[in-house]
Amino acid sequence: MSQPANHLFSALTSDEAKQVVHQRHARAKLARAIFRIATLLAVIFLATLLVTILNKSMGYVVVKNKVDPATLANQPLTQLTNTELAEILRANLRKNRVRTLEREGFLEDQSHSTLVQLVEAEVVQPEVVDSYNLIPSLLNRRQITTTAATEYPGAKVEFRYWLNGQFLSSTMASQPELAGVRSALIGSLYLIIITIVIAFPIGVGAAIYLEEYASHKSRINRVIQTNIDNLAGVPSIVYGILGLALFVRTLQPLTSGAIFGVEGQNGRTILSAGLTMALLVLPILIINAQEAIRAVPDSLRQASYGLGATRWQTIWSHVLPNALPGILTGTILAVSRAIGETAPLIVVGASTFITSDPSGPFSSFTALPIQIYSWTTRPQPAFQHIAAAAILVLLIALLSLNAAAILLRNRFAKRV
Amino acid sequence: MENISRITTRKTPLVWKKDVSENLQKKIRPTEAIIQAFLFFCGVVSILTTIGIVFELGKEAWLFFGNPDISIVEFLTGTSWQPKIGNFGVLPLLTSTLITSLIAMVVALPLGIATAIFLSEYAAPKTRSILKPILEILAGVPTVVYGYFALTFMTPLLRSLFGNNTVDVYNMASAGLVMGIMILPLISSMSEDALSAVPRSLREGAYALGATKLETAVQIVVPAALSGIIAAFIIGISRAVGETMIVAVAAGSGPNFTFNPFEAAETMTGYIARISGGDLSYNTPDYNSIFAIGLLLFVVTLGLNFLSRAISRRFREVYE
Repeated sequence: MSQPANHLFSALTSDEAKQVVHQRHARAKLARAIFRIATLLAVIFLATLLVTILNKSMGYVVVKNKVDPATLANQPLTQLTNTELAEILRANLRKNRVRTLEREGFLEDQSHSTLVQLVEAEVVQPEVVDSYNLIPSLLNRRQITTTAATEYPGAKVEFRYWLNGQFLSSTMASQPELAGVRSALIGSLYLIIITIVIAFPIGVGAAIYLEEYASHKSRINRVIQTNIDNLAGVPSIVYGILGLALFVRTLQPLTSGAIFGVEGQNGRTILSAGLTMALLVLPILIINAQEAIRAVPDSLRQASYGLGATRWQTIWSHVLPNALPGILTGTILAVSRAIGETAPLIVVGASTFITSDPSGPFSSFTALPIQIYSWTTRPQPAFQHIAAAAILVLLIALLSLNAAAILLRNRFAKRV
Repeated sequence: MENISRITTRKTPLVWKKDVSENLQKKIRPTEAIIQAFLFFCGVVSILTTIGIVFELGKEAWLFFGNPDISIVEFLTGTSWQPKIGNFGVLPLLTSTLITSLIAMVVALPLGIATAIFLSEYAAPKTRSILKPILEILAGVPTVVYGYFALTFMTPLLRSLFGNNTVDVYNMASAGLVMGIMILPLISSMSEDALSAVPRSLREGAYALGATKLETAVQIVVPAALSGIIAAFIIGISRAVGETMIVAVAAGSGPNFTFNPFEAAETMTGYIARISGGDLSYNTPDYNSIFAIGLLLFVVTLGLNFLSRAISRRFREVYE
């Protein structure tokens, strides 16, 4: 071995040797730049993703009214009295519709803002005929107004945030400009509550068992541990299929609420979806809780035993209080996984078109990611805009959950 | 025991002696036993879940293959999936799953490893503290959002690059590329863990011999962490195969036996999502077919996960 090396070095003059070293350093520098660019790409991807969504979530829209408000009254609608508004409604709507509206009382007796909304939605009927993304809206503002003026005479160009109060507070509708995410938000909330109520005690219980009771030599405990690690890698859609077969179909009397006296439901309820989601997040929750429990120093346990406490007393009054922040952080992370999960909900049978809010665990439901999926897959451009708005709602919810987790973690880190 | 009682008899009345010996016995505590039993049950729930998955998927898949028109051989080798006319060949769904996963890995693997090397070998602590949360955010974005991104950003980009005639509105390339972005953080964080586990002394040794940073990273650190990197790669494939929403949104609906990534083709997961999205009646071939495909998916991903764990256990270099 030493022979060729010696030969190599003797063959190199000092200049040549310098050149070799120089080349190696140049290569190292180049590689460093490549690694840096690769890492930057990840940042660029995230930025592009966010810009794409923001770009779609606001911009100019061309609104055309079916009936021009100017033909209804001389003043703007908001300045009219209740009587005038009611008259407009009576004059322009079909009799049946007026009767439906008056079921609760005379039109005149309803609040002013309700009447204005009614006139706008039922008589004026504004329709978005064209919409632009944020970037073209900022860059070609003049061109947009001129195109709109020539192509849609009488139409109004306005800047619209697709994520607005009305979007958050209205239910699903077939027209994108009237559709909202309220029932989806409530559905997601129900889902998360059911998931936590079921998964948290079981997950923490399993973690306590594995960390505090199970001997690592016992075969069944090793099987449980391996099994949990494997379940964490099972695709979410497989959980959906399990939920469909087990909760929706086999346990239909329970999940449809039939044994509790709820009628007219099949098994495709919030409860089924919540149970499925609980199974899905369970492995993540257990693994996180195990880590939190493992981090509790053994000296605490020994001190407790030394004072004569039983095993459970030790766990309940010493181990759990110390592990709790970690367990909660893990739970929040598991929940944020559950909020964005879509595939199992599709399989379990979330409805994409529901105009009423869910009333309890036994009602059919929709959820935020399901709405996003359903709007994304529609061809009309306006649906892409409200899908982007719904994505913003989802991302904001996720970010605040993660911020809460980080705060909790930092507080925990300070205390120990 | 006897010693103690003798001592106690000398100093204390008889009643006391009896109490002490009873107190020193191990007390049976029913609550403790019940609690332990409950906690054990919690642990067993995970096993029940696995049994549930295997049992339900197996049962319905059994019914599916029990249908006289369907044979396992035809299922695994047929190139046409059209349940309406009785063609149940899973290959079109399988090839599109493989193509989208392959594209995803081509994006995620080099970028992921390069990112991991940068973070573990080059980046200053401050840079790391900025970059790692960004990667975590990227990993936390729901997959349906990636699906939206594929459809509204990647597909138009591909179509403007390669022409509307070559690239379909729904295509595997767009789904695969975005899936690669989704898997990138997973690969980079797992690989980085493996790289960071390589002891510093190995690097110091290489530097002492005059190696550059690149030579140290590529010839010393990466080989030492190779088992971890391969494990990350396999977990990445498993994630890509099981990914549903991106392909359901962007890869198109309708099975298509093709190897052209610019064409629309439905994957296994996309098929399950589409079929179960409608009103599905029980005990139809459609219903049973999602279980057969689900079983295939479960077996493939489970096998990959086992393989990944086996590799990282078997080939891990253990340093003191």
